[in-house]
Amino acid sequence: MSESSLARARPLRAPARLARAFEAYGQELVVLGALVVLMAVVGAVNPRYLSDTNLVSIFAGNAYIAVAAIGMSLVIISGNIDVSVGSLIGVLGTIAGTLAVGGHSRWVAWLVPIAAGVAVNAVLGALVAYARIPSIVVTLGAMSILRGGLISATSGAWISDLPGDFLIAQKRFLGVPSPFWFAAVLTVIVAIWMRHGAFGRSIYAVGGNADAARAAGIRTKETIVAVFAIHGFFAGVAAILFCTQLQVIQSTVPPNLELNVITASVIGGVSILGGTGTVVGSTLAALLFAAIASALIFLDISAYWLRAVLGLMILATVLADMARRRRTI
Amino acid sequence: MPSVVELSDITKSFEGVTALKGVSFDVREGEVHALLGENGAGKSTLIRIIAGSHLPDAGVLRVSGEPVRFGSPRDARRRGIATIYQELLLFPELTVAENVFLGNAPRTRLGSLDWAAMRARARALLDSLDSPDLSVDAKVGGLSVANRQRVEIAKALSQDPRVLVMDEPTASLAQADVDRLLAVVRRLRERGVAVVYVSHRLAEVFAIADRVTVLRDGAAVGTRAISEVTEASLVSMMVGRPVDQLFPKGQTELGRTMLEVRGLSSRDGVRDVSFSVKAGEILGIAGLVGSGRTELALAIFGIAPATAGEILVDGKPVRIDGPRRARDLGIAYVPEDRGQQGLVRSHTIRENVTLAVLDRVARAGILDRAEETRRAREAIERFRIRARGPEQLARQLSGGNQQKVVLAKWLGAEPRILILDEPTRGIDVGAKAEVHALMSDLARQGLAIVMISSELPEVLGMSDRVLVMNRGRLVGEFDRAHATADAVGAAMTRAPREGAA
Repeated sequence: MSESSLARARPLRAPARLARAFEAYGQELVVLGALVVLMAVVGAVNPRYLSDTNLVSIFAGNAYIAVAAIGMSLVIISGNIDVSVGSLIGVLGTIAGTLAVGGHSRWVAWLVPIAAGVAVNAVLGALVAYARIPSIVVTLGAMSILRGGLISATSGAWISDLPGDFLIAQKRFLGVPSPFWFAAVLTVIVAIWMRHGAFGRSIYAVGGNADAARAAGIRTKETIVAVFAIHGFFAGVAAILFCTQLQVIQSTVPPNLELNVITASVIGGVSILGGTGTVVGSTLAALLFAAIASALIFLDISAYWLRAVLGLMILATVLADMARRRRTI
Repeated sequence: MPSVVELSDITKSFEGVTALKGVSFDVREGEVHALLGENGAGKSTLIRIIAGSHLPDAGVLRVSGEPVRFGSPRDARRRGIATIYQELLLFPELTVAENVFLGNAPRTRLGSLDWAAMRARARALLDSLDSPDLSVDAKVGGLSVANRQRVEIAKALSQDPRVLVMDEPTASLAQADVDRLLAVVRRLRERGVAVVYVSHRLAEVFAIADRVTVLRDGAAVGTRAISEVTEASLVSMMVGRPVDQLFPKGQTELGRTMLEVRGLSSRDGVRDVSFSVKAGEILGIAGLVGSGRTELALAIFGIAPATAGEILVDGKPVRIDGPRRARDLGIAYVPEDRGQQGLVRSHTIRENVTLAVLDRVARAGILDRAEETRRAREAIERFRIRARGPEQLARQLSGGNQQKVVLAKWLGAEPRILILDEPTRGIDVGAKAEVHALMSDLARQGLAIVMISSELPEVLGMSDRVLVMNRGRLVGEFDRAHATADAVGAAMTRAPREGAA
């Protein structure tokens, strides 16, 4: 050990720099590499995979998962979990659609659901932080309430005749579909904020060791409430992107949505034990799934394999995370 | 006399950290062999190898001359080796007899538990331990520590072991109970049992041991007959240098009173504690585990706030409802449990060092990374943290270096009052001396230091004044001239006058 520390005291040469980058951003690089390799291989087998329309459907069609995974990543980094996000997105999308067809301006239809997401999740965060109920329990409860409430209120009716200017996910900016911009810009902002912001550091500290963070004078409870509220904001944005993709809104909860969001965070390198990970990783992972799902279609493989593939990826990622931790304990 | 257990040239490392290197050790029939060494010297690893919990990486373990490889503690038990760990492994809801025979209870011919035989044999075992007052039908959860320990010894003896390993058996016993325990150990020796006795209390070692082996930094410094050694020679074997250099607290000019507490009580066991500490002073707080010393620190620092009493900082009464408030008042607390309250192990050194001063290294919420790195480099240099740089993860550091990171974090907050809880527990001897030198230095710079420690030599060597806690109360105060090992030790272990719990 002492020999290697002597060696590392000298200025880093290129390979050492690369090794260090890999140590710090290993999972993000693995996911990015997998994405590139997958697209190259599938594109070689079936060039239509890389066509404009398919790329739009992969990246723009799943951007809402990446957006929701930004908030989820913060929640998991803070040492918590939220299994209710899928239900919340379903509820917020229905609220947005109802407001839109009810004659309200599109801004009302967009911003009210986002505010509602912040409010609902702030309450969940307060239950976790102040009532000390584990987040898995709080959000399991919230999942049932939101899901049940949605079905009771709407009886599963579809909302149609949405005004055209409300459908933001179908708009383009500089020729690129807007959901892609939302995912990219929000990811970059949050990534920078998590890396360079004092509050971002507090989130990592609370998830890494809540007792030590509290002893160091960090307001751990307020931090957790804020993290959940921020997560609510991203769930709101994700809901708007989700419900404006099509001309109608099915007022139900998209099946497995929360799992897809959590999976994106975990495979993107956010440790399920809290304290580490980045939103760049979770966004890349969300895009990777979308690319895998589409590849299965182009390679004519049953879509049921997708779930199996995702499951294997989760297990592999968590095992790698544990191994990394064990090696350095 | 032949050796019952013999270890030759044992080496063991964990994750690249060497815990034992080339250690040889043996214990003979009818002998008490004491194993001495500071925290982190390798005592626990050695006895865990004897007990079958760890396999050595290299070297041979022999039982009665025959090489063995223990795959589990069960294998060791089958070979007649019984181990009593410091933390007693008993089931509080079961009775004494059930605990003694858990796992190898006598059976009737039909295969059901033979309760009569179990109770009778438990009774006989306890009587042989000179404990006729202990009922075999009592629930273990209601027993005193000393009695629970007797149950643990009876449990070990129920398997008729040839070797008994005792890991710091007196760590939490009062003096009367210690004497009784030593009598039991002598009786076992007369019966021919080979006893490995781990302790760092020298008085006991001289009272009971036939031979003593000293470990330091994972190596055996030497094995001696007890008649060949003195207390001073053992201590210098343990620490590797003459004792007088070990505790460098010099005389300092005392300034004004920085911290005063009056009648402080807390929900978890601090009762009516009053004291004060001045700038430039190191106030030692001695006490056994569970005496309320850590709880006192937690109350002052606001982690478990006080429920009654007054705290004055700089002569002004303050209300401390949380660590944030304490920090803002200039109080720093370096906890006993680094892993739990000290470090964020998944963070780098840089991130740990600036954790308590995030608002000072950030402008408008944006962290100044260059300033962070500067602080981390300065900490690495000042505290001689052995690391490859500010970006190394805290969990990759050794215990002593982790402790230095925690110290650096709190000193970076420029406190005026520093509370250190077991500042040198579990760190190697070299790092220990560095921490002690640093404390003296800080006192000279005018910090008021409260040092909690269960290591008497440290308390006596470092403190200007010593307070002793016992069952949540302050039971003694000694200035430097009057703080002797006997006086402080007696106050630490004195039983309370009435049975009030």
